[in-house]
Amino acid sequence: MRRIQVSVNGVAYEHEVEPRLLLVHYLREGLNLTGTMVGCNTSNCGACTVLLDGESVKSCTLFAVQADGHEITTVQGLQTNGDWHPMQTAFHEQHALQCGYCTPGMILASVSYLKENPNPNEEDIREALEGNYCRCTGYENIVKAVQQAAGQTS
Amino acid sequence: MTQAPERYMGNGLPRKEDPNLVTGKANWTDNIKLPGMVHMSMLRSPFARAKVTKLDVSAALERPGVVAAFTGADLAEEWPGGVPCAAVVSEEQKTPFFPPIVTDEVRHVGDVVAVVVASDRYAAQDALEFIEVDYEPLPAIVNMEDALKADSPLVHEDLGTNECFTYTANVGNTDELFDRTDDSGDAGAEIRGPEIQGQGDTDEAFRQASVVVKERYIQQRLLPTAIEPRAAVAYPDPGHGGYVIYSSTQVPHLAKIVLSLATGIPENQIRVVAPDVGGGFGSKLNIYREEILAVVLAKTLGVPVKFVEDRSENYQATIHGRGQIQDIELAADSEGKILGMRVKLLDDMGAYLQLLTPVIAISGGAMFPGVYTFDNFSIEIKGVFTNLTPTDAYRGAGRPEACYAIERAMDSLARELDMDPAEIRRRNFYEPFDEPTANPAGLMYDSFNLQGALDRAIELADYQSLREEQRRRRESNDPVQLGIGFATYTEICGLGPSHALAGLGIGGGGWEVASVRMLVTGKVEVATGTSPHGQGHETSWSQIAADVLGVTPDDVEVLHGDTGIVPFGRDTYGSRSLAVGGIAVYHAANKVVEKGKKIAAHMLEAAEDDIEFEGGKFSVAGSPDQNVGIGDVAGAAYLGNDLPEGMEPTLNETMTFDPPNFTFPFGAHICVTEVDTETGAVKIRDYIAVDDCGPVINPTIVDGQLHGGLAQGIAQALYEGVIYDEEGNLLTASMVNYMIPGAPELPNYTLDRTVTPSPSNPLGVKGVGEAGTIGAPPAVINSVVDALSPMGIRHIDMPASPMRVWKAIQNAQGKPSGDRQEDASLGASAADIKQGGDA
Repeated sequence: MRRIQVSVNGVAYEHEVEPRLLLVHYLREGLNLTGTMVGCNTSNCGACTVLLDGESVKSCTLFAVQADGHEITTVQGLQTNGDWHPMQTAFHEQHALQCGYCTPGMILASVSYLKENPNPNEEDIREALEGNYCRCTGYENIVKAVQQAAGQTS
Repeated sequence: MTQAPERYMGNGLPRKEDPNLVTGKANWTDNIKLPGMVHMSMLRSPFARAKVTKLDVSAALERPGVVAAFTGADLAEEWPGGVPCAAVVSEEQKTPFFPPIVTDEVRHVGDVVAVVVASDRYAAQDALEFIEVDYEPLPAIVNMEDALKADSPLVHEDLGTNECFTYTANVGNTDELFDRTDDSGDAGAEIRGPEIQGQGDTDEAFRQASVVVKERYIQQRLLPTAIEPRAAVAYPDPGHGGYVIYSSTQVPHLAKIVLSLATGIPENQIRVVAPDVGGGFGSKLNIYREEILAVVLAKTLGVPVKFVEDRSENYQATIHGRGQIQDIELAADSEGKILGMRVKLLDDMGAYLQLLTPVIAISGGAMFPGVYTFDNFSIEIKGVFTNLTPTDAYRGAGRPEACYAIERAMDSLARELDMDPAEIRRRNFYEPFDEPTANPAGLMYDSFNLQGALDRAIELADYQSLREEQRRRRESNDPVQLGIGFATYTEICGLGPSHALAGLGIGGGGWEVASVRMLVTGKVEVATGTSPHGQGHETSWSQIAADVLGVTPDDVEVLHGDTGIVPFGRDTYGSRSLAVGGIAVYHAANKVVEKGKKIAAHMLEAAEDDIEFEGGKFSVAGSPDQNVGIGDVAGAAYLGNDLPEGMEPTLNETMTFDPPNFTFPFGAHICVTEVDTETGAVKIRDYIAVDDCGPVINPTIVDGQLHGGLAQGIAQALYEGVIYDEEGNLLTASMVNYMIPGAPELPNYTLDRTVTPSPSNPLGVKGVGEAGTIGAPPAVINSVVDALSPMGIRHIDMPASPMRVWKAIQNAQGKPSGDRQEDASLGASAADIKQGGDA
């Protein structure tokens, strides 16, 4: 077991964890933050995407111990004083989700990407989201949502 | 002044489902934690076919955290029914016993050999490695044509054959028609000229037959890949004495019945809950051995038991889709009018029959005639067992297979007659109709106007300009060639009339239930038997109820997915929810209004016949000031102390709607591709889809369904395909190896609608969940083949990967294309390229 200190959604935690414990399981089982899901176990689908110090990472392919000393943001930490992040609003308004299972990861990957490139074109957005699979929407409305959020945040 | 009532149906309201989903508050099955809960993990077979010669779980029991471990023999008495199959498609159908854990022989990679229960998933998974098991590997049956050979080993020795069933249907004079035209009986994609013209047969139709196309197409196996893997939690219900099962399922109501049949636990002691479900696409229209096991273990151990599959398990143990070899023949006259169709299918069952495995090809079988009218039709379908994962319904379930075959064959016919592919379709369309009209297989199509949809698609595509551009590129030998592919389709939706489902061999009715309850506070509860997992029923059903009751969608709460709350229902699959379940909501809400009129008449001291209802208010005809709101009527109904003589209190109406007919959405798709002849890469430049699903309740949701359906159809055409090796090993066993298209692979869509109401229900709605998946594969492949047709290329199997396209081009040019092992399950009969080379 190893002791880790992490900040998740602004709350400081300190836990003893098995070295092999995946970050996603630490978040889900350890902290009961079930907004982050497992979809593929091979870091292809991106359902487990969270922000590590503001950058998107796939929490099914990181160990909890690798998050030691870092700040994690999950979808449950995106709201500010109860208000949705513009990306959450955009996903809702553009009908960019159906079953919603990929949505938290998709939203976090998009939030992270817009920090990198605040004014992307459609092709940029499609390339940027290649690591996040959605099986329901065919992506068109997801791209529109990211464009909407980019227009509001840039 | 009375304000006109707001009408919600037809508006693209943002979804009520979204807030929980975008904020991470959804309730997925894997989120559920209960006191004392343990986790189960399965030991799965690494062999496609082997005898289990030794099995000992005792060492696993010694591992930390392990609570129990069981073999099939330990638990066999707990599942007298095995995993049930609800379909019987012929009297001779062979239905093998399907045990949740095998006892003697494993029959596909991923088959279950033993189960370990431990305090957490990590401990359960660790302990699997300590189970001692010896296998005696046997030759695996991985290919349907081999499976049917006389000397083939058997997937189930006790059945004495690998043939699950043979189903035949014959309408008209098909055999005579084709016997006269078919001189060689050869197989494989082939187009022959007008050799039989003027042979002087007595049969008038046959005398006219001047061209026959004869094709072989392959429907590769597909992995449905809901992004949420399957999960279940079963626990003894302390208050009730029975069991509660949370499951990531499309079918909580069917699961309740099937879990009872499988385990012998009385149905009234089982409650099934489908919480938020992360996609299904047919793969969760099943009751799996793991769900049965979870219940059995909860019963045996007396504690909550959780099962969550990982993605590799999902690919090995959740059903696969498609898996069909199609031989299709069309006979037509010199004007391109179809005279007859003959179809022979081999349909891959896999190793066992899941809930509906045998019926998938049968239900699609009657759809092979597509949107074309002709008289002679015959079909033979053989279901075949193989040592592969069982197949079952995957988005479209039989209809994409049918649509692909007829739409590909129509293009071949057009090419043979040197006719425009749009023109040959027009010549065979039904004249527009709005009353049920029989198709050649005996289905009653409900209402069609294909001409309208095709005209609109051609207009949106600017078809003539595309042909011009295509001609220019051909003349200049542009390395990037343009392809224009059509698909005009119909699908069978709104499953379905109970008598018709019985005719297909499906056990269980096709009705749907809705209850509409006016609460004392004026709010509305709609309890629906449909079980959404992304389709937005909460929003759409609210719109329907709001319009009928004169309230707002926000006043309506839609309850679903819990057999304890909605006791009867037939769940969500086959694009049935709106056309059956939504209509049940509509009828139940109207029943509320009818009862409300009686109460209002009593309250207003008027005759019931004089009561009008509009905008949420009951009023006396001619005296609009004499009125009472539906909320007040609901309050009076609830209090019950001043109601018409003999009336039951409460405003709470239930409707069980059994539709008189299926619904048949239709449409015209045009796919425009750019095919790089140097690399084989295919780019979809434009995709035009004009779909007609009748009147639309929520256009935003409908467009979303089309987007997703098109994406999965394009995925089948260009990207996805299961690959097995010759030993039956699944090579595409994770998302690393199975090509799910991401955002960069897929286009934007140009969508439009025509509106032809269905006579099957009072709203005229048809359903839309599978339209895109049905129309897209032939539209895409027709487009790719169209681009390459000047080279003599007439067919490319799906998925038309760059490698396959490149090989087709090399072969057409007489150049070597190398040799690469493809999927062995369909490979021997699915030689890459049928025309022009090495096959």
